[in-house]
Amino acid sequence: MQKKLILDSDLLTVTLDRLCQELIENHPDFENTVIIGLQPRGIFLAEWIHEKLVASLKKDIPLGYLDATFHRDDFRRREIPAKASETKVPFLIEGKKVILIDDVLYTGRTVRAALDAMIAFGRPEKVELLVLIDRKRTRELPIAADYVGNYVNTLDSQRVLVELDSDHKHHKIWLINKD
Amino acid sequence: MSRLSQPHLLGIKNITPDDIELIFETADNFKEVINRPIKKVPSLRDVSIANIFFENSTRTRLSFELAQKRLSADVINFSASTSSVKKGETLLDTVNNILAMKVDMIVMRHASVGAPHFLSKHIKANIINAGDGTHEHPTQALLDAYSIREKLKTVKGKKVAIIGDILHSRVALSNIFALKKLGAEVMVCGPPTLLPKFISKLGVKVEWDLQKALAWCDVANVLRIQLERQQIKYFPSLREYSLYYGITKKILDQLKKEIVVMHPGPINRGVELSSDAADSSHAIILDQVENGVAIRMAVMYLLAGATA
Repeated sequence: MQKKLILDSDLLTVTLDRLCQELIENHPDFENTVIIGLQPRGIFLAEWIHEKLVASLKKDIPLGYLDATFHRDDFRRREIPAKASETKVPFLIEGKKVILIDDVLYTGRTVRAALDAMIAFGRPEKVELLVLIDRKRTRELPIAADYVGNYVNTLDSQRVLVELDSDHKHHKIWLINKD
Repeated sequence: MSRLSQPHLLGIKNITPDDIELIFETADNFKEVINRPIKKVPSLRDVSIANIFFENSTRTRLSFELAQKRLSADVINFSASTSSVKKGETLLDTVNNILAMKVDMIVMRHASVGAPHFLSKHIKANIINAGDGTHEHPTQALLDAYSIREKLKTVKGKKVAIIGDILHSRVALSNIFALKKLGAEVMVCGPPTLLPKFISKLGVKVEWDLQKALAWCDVANVLRIQLERQQIKYFPSLREYSLYYGITKKILDQLKKEIVVMHPGPINRGVELSSDAADSSHAIILDQVENGVAIRMAVMYLLAGATA
């Protein structure tokens, strides 16, 4: 199995700082904006970005977790049902600006399911998508991210592995060739 | 990603502790779903489910139907009293006719023990037993154990007394299997005539004295006297039963401890449970009903999702 390092901890911190600046540019006071991380792997990223934004803006920003498992379009098309994770959206998103956060944007199907799942909590004024890695030319649906950490050219046979750890020191993002 | 070990839910006896844990974890997610502003998810879109009830039911049928609708399944309902069963059609013919209309899953209640097991040997659809005679009622046992887990954090090591008409109760048998598999201690309590002769072989304690049972247990699961199934007299009168085995608020208060009171419904108020006990803070009877929808959503989601 061949592995290639795309991002390490130092570079990732720079990237995230840049993403936070972009967010603040478009949402100067975060007055009407909420952050929702996509289960399971967008959560850690969402928490981290949330932490950075709260620190630099010095105000409370609502943070939620959304699981889109029950809205996926591949149910009964795979052998085993996907296992759901916790959804925790302790606020209504009616009329809010929502920033969805996930680690990797690949086919776009997870984001489509998430948009569906999100509607159960109200009709947002606007929805934006932030991803750490955008795999170019792999989309199966007309979905694009508004904020991108890094664009990566990949083949279908490759996989992006995001390893984030809680002390923020040993992050690694790999491109892996499947055998 | 995980799946159940069986393509059907015929009884708790046939499933593993891991299956039960998977159902509980999935039900946690669905419980969150049914408390959302919009309670419906599209998971079972294009899955058709037939609810076939050869015996009366309010709660179970409504609970299944609501669970199916929250999962966006297509639902057809069938009750024996208004069907061709009255004209002499056999069970297998009835079900095969329903399946010919491209139905994927059958939820069945039947007065005969083993009816869903028989069906599972002859048809391809997933089958969920919603009660077969005096045998099993698996989704009830799952929601009971789930409610205990929710209230007391865990089922393992808890002491559960099942009180009342054990002889005619499918809820009792399924509960015993489920609670034992999850590591609880189980006691059955009732008049000797309503306790099956060899019930202790299932590894449960047997007690005739209600006071002793209540003093022992953390959870009292109170069952209804099933007069409709009793062909002979098992006790002199309902009044006498109520005097010896009826639970009142006064009895609960005298225990001076935390006790959880459950009842699968329908309650005969004033017989096995007095009104003040049923409506007291000890009772989690309505939580059981809410959890029933989440549990049934989880079971149907897991069964429908495992396609290979």
